[in-house]
Amino acid sequence: MGIDLALLWAIIILFGILMYVIMDGFDLGIGILFPFVPGKEDRDTMMNTVAPVWDGNETWLVLGGAGLLAAFPLAYSVILSAFMLPLIFMLLGLIFRGVAFEFRFKASDARRHWWDKAFICGSVTATFFQGVTLGAYMHGIEVAGRAYAGGPLDWISPFSVFTGLGLLAAYALLGCTWLIFKTEGELHDRMLKLARPLVWTLLGVIAVISIWTPLTHASIAERWFSLPNFFWFAPVPVLVLLAAYYLLRLLPRQPHAGPFVLTLCLIFLGYSGLGISIWPYIIPPAISIWDASGPVQSQGFALVGALLIIPMILIYTAWSYYVFRGKVAVGEGYH
Amino acid sequence: MDFDALMLARIQFGFTISFHIIFPAITIGLASYLAVLEGCWLKTGDRVYRDLYHFWLKIFAVNFGMGVVSGLVMAYQFGTNWSYFSDFAGSVTGPLLAYEVLTAFFLEAGFLGVMLFGWSRVGPGLHFFSTVMVALGTLLSATWILASNSWMQTPAGYEIIDGQVVPTDWLAVIFNPSFPYRLVHMGLAAFLVTALMVAASAGWHLLRRNDTPAVRTMLSMAMWMLLFVAPLQAVVGDFHGLNTLKHQPAKIAAIEAHWENHPGRGTPLTLVGWPDMEAETTHFALEVPRLGSLILTHSWDGEIPALKDFPKADRPNATVVFWSFRVMVGLGLLMIALALWAAWERRRGRLYSSRPLLRFALYMGPAGLVAMLAGWFTTEIGRQPWVVYGVMRTADAVSPHGAFEVGLTLVLFIVVYFIVFGAGTVYILRLIRKGPAAFAPAAPVEGGPGETHTPSRPMSAATEGETRAAPVMDQG
Repeated sequence: MGIDLALLWAIIILFGILMYVIMDGFDLGIGILFPFVPGKEDRDTMMNTVAPVWDGNETWLVLGGAGLLAAFPLAYSVILSAFMLPLIFMLLGLIFRGVAFEFRFKASDARRHWWDKAFICGSVTATFFQGVTLGAYMHGIEVAGRAYAGGPLDWISPFSVFTGLGLLAAYALLGCTWLIFKTEGELHDRMLKLARPLVWTLLGVIAVISIWTPLTHASIAERWFSLPNFFWFAPVPVLVLLAAYYLLRLLPRQPHAGPFVLTLCLIFLGYSGLGISIWPYIIPPAISIWDASGPVQSQGFALVGALLIIPMILIYTAWSYYVFRGKVAVGEGYH
Repeated sequence: MDFDALMLARIQFGFTISFHIIFPAITIGLASYLAVLEGCWLKTGDRVYRDLYHFWLKIFAVNFGMGVVSGLVMAYQFGTNWSYFSDFAGSVTGPLLAYEVLTAFFLEAGFLGVMLFGWSRVGPGLHFFSTVMVALGTLLSATWILASNSWMQTPAGYEIIDGQVVPTDWLAVIFNPSFPYRLVHMGLAAFLVTALMVAASAGWHLLRRNDTPAVRTMLSMAMWMLLFVAPLQAVVGDFHGLNTLKHQPAKIAAIEAHWENHPGRGTPLTLVGWPDMEAETTHFALEVPRLGSLILTHSWDGEIPALKDFPKADRPNATVVFWSFRVMVGLGLLMIALALWAAWERRRGRLYSSRPLLRFALYMGPAGLVAMLAGWFTTEIGRQPWVVYGVMRTADAVSPHGAFEVGLTLVLFIVVYFIVFGAGTVYILRLIRKGPAAFAPAAPVEGGPGETHTPSRPMSAATEGETRAAPVMDQG
């Protein structure tokens, strides 16, 4: 045999979702933070920091879906039909968020507040239901034969609502530190003040999930707390604490890119933690990536494209960020 | 899954994809048009092209945003609503969709930012390159998604093993029998949609005596496009129809409301009528003897398979596709008429002043979209009752949801789509009403290449005001 196609595809999809969480995370975070910044000029600036890139950021979500369909059609059909309602709520949120970028500047002054609200509600809705879906996914999906066997509302649980709220905190921190990175002046200072409570909130969320999941799922407790796993995975929580410590220390020192980079580390570590808990199940709690694999012919064909093209995508995406590098100043050239 | 939930799921898919298809069609046509405009500007230095580029760029931006968000819905709906289809055929449609994302969506998104906001941040060559990449992305996107759609119409290059589709020959999957016809037909449709939109915008301004060189250039370019593409589309459509006759004869029989053959009398062409699926006849039929044979078999007494040759359960709904097909063809003929009339008036030097012609061009503005949707209904409803033609029935493809959740989400989609895309349409029409203006690059204080600041003016590509230095009205 040689190449483990299922493993490679799992890595590609996990990478795609991570890229999405990070990149659309700060876009959505800006929408979540909008209510804390009432001024129109500041809001213009906030949107301008992501206007040229949000569409590319969102594309990683489409790659996640398409990759899942290509490589693990069973997982795609079961997971998506299990979470039909929260996913459609998320999509509707993303619709309002996405069109607000153009519509907000097109509307008359009297109507603009509607698209501000659409941007806020869209971002919050999309984030919350992504988090809810994540929580429900961790919890597991009932399968009979090759189809989802649960009810339409099985995704609602205290845990999934908590992860929904938790993701709001995570994206808010991403958006906040992104703005520290990309703005200056009053907006920059305001974000510096917001960052501290957000870091503590996110740490709280991570702590609660780290306690909650092993208590309710024996397999997750086994994964983390058995030997020698405990020593292999211990660096994850240790690094979370280190990153948070440096982040909090950095905030009073008029930082720029630093808090954003450290938040990326936090998000990456949290994401890894969830991955460690679930691996190698693609439909928790019982169907592994190998069980859910599509035909070799499909995985192989799509893999060639993914391996050739993803590096090119990363290069021209980086170029696009480079073109729009630097601080977005407040109020300049705008009347 | 009861019947109601299946019907609701079909309505939901039809509703969301019909809305969605409008935006990419305009995106495909406009992106190529923008690439041509920017190319002309760089080659000739004629400011008319630059002004037109920026005028249509704003409309492109609003439209593109709507295409992105409505398209995202499609990528997930296959799983939420059609899980058995995804599990059964995802091995074919999944990799095709993945290639679309990899080669097209990222290309568009990656260069879109520079195209919309980078005019004064990169050099002219690099900006033109970005526009071309976006245009290329739109065409690649259409290619992959139509390969996938065509495979569902005329599946090839696969085996079914353990109840799953397994692709055996990817070239045969992609270049399945109907793919080349559908790709060309749909690509030309996108160009027609855009040309008619551009022509109608120009017509509107000329009718209001806003006669500027930019408006004239718009009309002239659109009419040249129409003159070449509208007749070509008719020829391509004919080939596409013959291809459908070969591979999906039931669809053609339904389109023509052709119930049975009478040996020796050839196949008539029913011009109008009301096909009745229950009574298996066409009420009020107005027929031209033997014309069907001439068109479909290119012979005097050729026969085509008739609806009664197929079991009742395998017949597409003739009432719908009979009429959707006629709407498409009728509008296509009107497009050819518009193109010929415009060519004649151009020869007489009256292209920009013939008010009846301008009014006709204005009314034909939405004709491209309506014809495209009608054609889309024809081919998709004509594929029923199959989701993968001859392989999987639509009724077996749908997710095991109840009518409640499918109905709830359908209502939500309808409400949200009408609010959001209604507002978007209003904004686009408002932009068109303003008309092309002389483009003055935004104050380059912070914007030049190598500058470290991103301009902080509202970064909506559709911002009014900042790109409008002085109206160029009343020049003509």
